[in-house]
Amino acid sequence: MTHTFLLEIGLEEMPAHVVTPSINELAEKTEKYLKENRISFDKVQKFSTPRRLALEISGLADKQPDIDEEVKGPAEKIAKDAEGNWSKAAIGFTRGQGLTPDDITFKDIKGTNYVFVNKHVTGKPVTDVLSSLIDVVADMNFPTMMKWGTNKFQFIRPIKWIVALLDTEVVPMELVGVKSGRKSLGHRFLGNEVSIANAADYETDLNKEFVIVDADKRKAKIKSQIEAIANENNWKVKIDDDLLEEVNNLVEYPTSFYGTFDKRFLDIPREVLITSMRNHQRFFYVENQDGKLLPFFISVRNGNSDFIENVIKGNEKVLAARLYDAEFFYQEDQNHDIDYFVNKLKNVTFHDKISTVYEKMQRVQVISRLIGKKVGLNDSQLADLQRAAEIYKFDLVTGMVGEFSELQGVMGEKYALLFGEKPEVAVAIREHYMPISANGELPQSKIGAVLAVADKLDTMMTFFAAGMIPSGSNDPYALRRQAAGIVNIVDNQKWRLPLDSLMEKIITDENTAQVAPKVDQKPIIKDVILFIKERIKRVLRAAKIKFDLVDAAVNATNTDILYNINSAKVLNNHKEDADFKAVIEALTRVERISNKSDFKATDLFVDPALFENESELKMNAEVDRLSTDFEKLTAADDFSKLASLEPVIKEYFDKTMVMAKDETVKENRLKELTKLARMINYFAEVDKIIVK
Amino acid sequence: MTKKMSVQDIATTLKLYWSKQGCMIMDAYDTEKGAGTMSPFTFLRAIGPEPWNVAYVEPSRRPADGRYGENPNRLYQHHQFQVLMKPSPDNIQELYISSLKELGINPLEHDIRFVEDNWENPSMGCAGVGWEVWLDGMEVTQFTYFQVVGGLQMDPVAVEITYGLERLSSYIQNVNNVFDLEWSNGVKYGDIFKEPEYEHSKYSFELSDQEMLHKMFDAYEKEAKRLIKEGLVHPAYDYVLKCSHTFNLLDARGAVSVTERAGYLARIRKMAHGIAQAFVQERRKLGFPLIKDENQRETVLAEFAKREEKKNKQKKNKGDKK
Repeated sequence: MTHTFLLEIGLEEMPAHVVTPSINELAEKTEKYLKENRISFDKVQKFSTPRRLALEISGLADKQPDIDEEVKGPAEKIAKDAEGNWSKAAIGFTRGQGLTPDDITFKDIKGTNYVFVNKHVTGKPVTDVLSSLIDVVADMNFPTMMKWGTNKFQFIRPIKWIVALLDTEVVPMELVGVKSGRKSLGHRFLGNEVSIANAADYETDLNKEFVIVDADKRKAKIKSQIEAIANENNWKVKIDDDLLEEVNNLVEYPTSFYGTFDKRFLDIPREVLITSMRNHQRFFYVENQDGKLLPFFISVRNGNSDFIENVIKGNEKVLAARLYDAEFFYQEDQNHDIDYFVNKLKNVTFHDKISTVYEKMQRVQVISRLIGKKVGLNDSQLADLQRAAEIYKFDLVTGMVGEFSELQGVMGEKYALLFGEKPEVAVAIREHYMPISANGELPQSKIGAVLAVADKLDTMMTFFAAGMIPSGSNDPYALRRQAAGIVNIVDNQKWRLPLDSLMEKIITDENTAQVAPKVDQKPIIKDVILFIKERIKRVLRAAKIKFDLVDAAVNATNTDILYNINSAKVLNNHKEDADFKAVIEALTRVERISNKSDFKATDLFVDPALFENESELKMNAEVDRLSTDFEKLTAADDFSKLASLEPVIKEYFDKTMVMAKDETVKENRLKELTKLARMINYFAEVDKIIVK
Repeated sequence: MTKKMSVQDIATTLKLYWSKQGCMIMDAYDTEKGAGTMSPFTFLRAIGPEPWNVAYVEPSRRPADGRYGENPNRLYQHHQFQVLMKPSPDNIQELYISSLKELGINPLEHDIRFVEDNWENPSMGCAGVGWEVWLDGMEVTQFTYFQVVGGLQMDPVAVEITYGLERLSSYIQNVNNVFDLEWSNGVKYGDIFKEPEYEHSKYSFELSDQEMLHKMFDAYEKEAKRLIKEGLVHPAYDYVLKCSHTFNLLDARGAVSVTERAGYLARIRKMAHGIAQAFVQERRKLGFPLIKDENQRETVLAEFAKREEKKNKQKKNKGDKK
C-alpha cells in the first residue's frame, strides 16, 4: 500500500517574490532527501500562498527497502591475537554492525586477509524518515533571513504552524518550538482554523476556508477575472507576467475589481501614470482598443466581493494622492529650465573618487565627439550630439525623477521636448541608458547610440582608474552590464571603433579640454579592453559559436568590437569548408615560426635582393598586396585574402628553409613572415583554433 | 460607527488598546526627531536583554518633506503612533489587526495586506525586516521586526509598529486633505498646523542659516562624543538627536552634497553605535532590573559576564602577539 504525505509550513506573510522560489527549493530538497533515504514516491505536488508553503507527496512507500550489505572490517592479523582468539578490535567492529564475531568471514584483498560481515539492514518505516524532513525545512535559504521573539533561529518570516500528516496520522516534528499537527489556518479574515483529517484532502479543505493553495489555479483565476472585466468594458489590459506573479503571491483568495481616477491626470506623461499604478500600487493599467491610456485601473483584493466598494474607494483615493503628487512635480519642474537643472548637477557626485555628474557630462562631450566623428555623423548630427551630451543627466535633479527614480531618461526626454530641445536631442537623452537589462532594447537613433556608448565608456574608464574593478560576483556598479551594453550597441550599429586608439585619444582630448577626472586613466586602457573583450566572448558564446573560434577571434590583436565579432562569425561560417584545416594550419605555421623573433614595427624592411627562390618572391608580392588595406577591410574580406594565401604559404615552406645558416638571410625571411603573421594576428589568434 | 472618530479619538483609542496589551503609555520625547523610532523609548530600549513594551504618539519632523502647507499629503511634521514590544509576541499580527477593529475598521469590509518592506535607517545603524500594512491600497502602518539597532544584533527581537496617524485618520474620516482632518471638538488639523507647516517650510528651504547649522552640527557632535566617554548615555543621545535634526535641516536646504551626505551620516552612525554599546553596559551595571524573573536575570548576567571575559581574553591574546 502506498501513502500520501502532507507537509504545510504556516508563516506570517512572506515577501511576494520569495514564495515561488521557496516552494521550488523545498520541493527539490525534499525529493533529494527522499531519494537519499531510499523512500520511493510517485509525485511531489507544490502548493504555495503568501502564508504557507506546502507539499503533498503521493505514492509513498511504506518503508525503506531492506538491504543486505557486505561490510569490510580490520585485517585478520589485527582481528585475532597470537592465540587465534578474537581481538577487541574484531569484537568492537562486529558489535558496531549489530552482529557478533560468529558472523565473520575472511576475504583476500591484494594478498591480505580481511574481516567481512554480511549485514542485513531493515528499512526504516516511512514515518521515521518523514519526521526528519523538518531538518530540510530548517535548512532552507532565503534572500533575507530574520529572527523573532527570543529565538536564535533564522527563517524568512516567523513560523506559525506546521501540518505533517501521513494519510490520517500526524507525523511528529518540531521547529522553533512549533509542533506539527493537523490544524491549519484558513484565509486571515474569511476563513477559520481547519483540522485536516486526511493528507489528500488538503486542497479541498483549504478551499472551503477561502484559500486557493494551488498557485497556478490562483493565477489562472486572477487572469480570467481581469479578462472578464476588460471584455465587459471593451478595454485592452496588458497582463504583465511579472506583475501577475507578484499579485498572485500577495493574495490567498483573489477578487479582481476596477477603479477610476480623474481624467485630468491623463495630462501627466503616460509613463508616470503607469509607474504609479504598476510599480507603486501593483495595479494593471487600462487602455482603449487603440492603445490610449484610460482613467481606470484593475487591482486584485485578497478576499471576496463583499464590501468591495470600500476597497475600490480606498484604492482610488491612494492613487489620486500619488497622481496629485506627480502632477505637482510635473508642473513644478516646468517652472525651471534646463540650465537650472544642469547647474544643480555641479553639486551631485558621480562618485566621490571621480567627479561630479556635471564633470562627467563634460567628459562625455569629449568622448561622444570623438566617437561621433569616427562613426561618420554629419555636422548637424554632431551639433545635436554635442547639445545632448551637455545636458543629458539634467532630469536626475527634477522633482519627478526624485520621486520616480525608475523614470530617469524617460522624463529627460519629455522635459527636453517641453523645454524646446530638438527631438533628436530628447530621444538621445532617453536612449543613453539603453540597454537597461541584459538583452534589453538598444538605442534606435545614431545620436542616442553614440551618447550611450560614450557614457558607458566613461563610466568604465573612470571606475577602473579609481580601482573599482569588478571581481567575482562583486560588481556593485554593474560595470559588466555596461560593457555588454557597449558591445551590443556597437554590433547593432555596425561601427568600426578600435578601442585602444579611441581611449588614448579620449585621454589626450580630455586633458586638452581640461575636463580630465581626478584619477589617472592611462594605465587602465588594457584592462578595460580585456574587460570588454570578455563581454564580446559571452555574446558570441551565447550565439552558439564554438569556444575555440570565439577565443581565436576575440584574442586577436585588434581592439575593434565589430571586427572581433565578425571574425568569429567568419570562422564559424567557414569551419566546415574542405580547405579550412589546410588554411588554418598554414596560417598557424606562419604565426608560430614568426614567434621565434621579435621585431619592432619600424624594423620590418624586407630586402628582395636576399631572396633565393621563386616562392619567396611570390610571398613577398602577396604580403605587400595584402598589407595595403588589411586593417580597413572587413573580417570576411581579410579572411578570404588570408585563405587565398594557403598554396603560397605551402609552397614557400616547401621551397624555403626559413632558419637559414646565413643570419641575414634568416632575418630577412623572419621579417617577411612577421609581416604576414601580424596581419593574421590582427584577424585572429589562429593557433587557438582546434582543427581535426 | 455613528460619528467619525477624531484624530484625538484615534490616538486615545490606540493608547487604551495597547495599554490593555501590556504596553506602558509614554509621552512624546522632547527633542526634535525624524521618527518615533528615534525616541530613546524605542532606540535605546530596543537594545539589550530586558523586556520592554511601550506605546506613544511621536511628532516627527522631516524638513525635506515640508510643502508650505500646500500639499494635501505631505508634511514637515507628522505624527506617528509608535508601539514597541520586546520580545516580539507570537500573536503580534493578530494584536495589530484587533487594534484596527477598535478603530472601527472591520477587516471583512476592507482589504488588509502585509506587503514586504524591509526597513533600514543607516544613519542610526538600524535594520529590520517586516511589512508595510496596506488598508485598501493605502500604507497605514510600518511593521518591523528589528534585527540590528545601533549596530547591535537584537537578542531578543523587538517588534515595532508605527501607525501614520494622519494617513489612518484621513482614511477613517474620509477626507482627501490632511488639513481637513478633525483633531477634536470641531478644531481642524489645518487650524493647528497649517501656519507652522508654512513657516517651517519657509525656514527649512529658504531662510535657515547654513553656516550656523554647520557649526551647530560640529558642536553637538563634539558634546555627544564627550558625553559618551563620560558614560552619560542619555544626555549624549540627546545631542545625537540634535545632530540628526540639524543634518536634516541642512539637507532640506540643499546645503549637503552627495559626498558630504555620506560623511555626515557616517558621523551620526558612529555616535549612535557608541551610545548603543554604552547603554547596554549601563543597564548591565544596574543588573538588568527589568528582567523580573530572578533566575532568568542571573542567567543573562552570567552570560554577559562570560562574553566579556572571552572578549577580554581575545584582546589580551592579540596584545601578546603584538
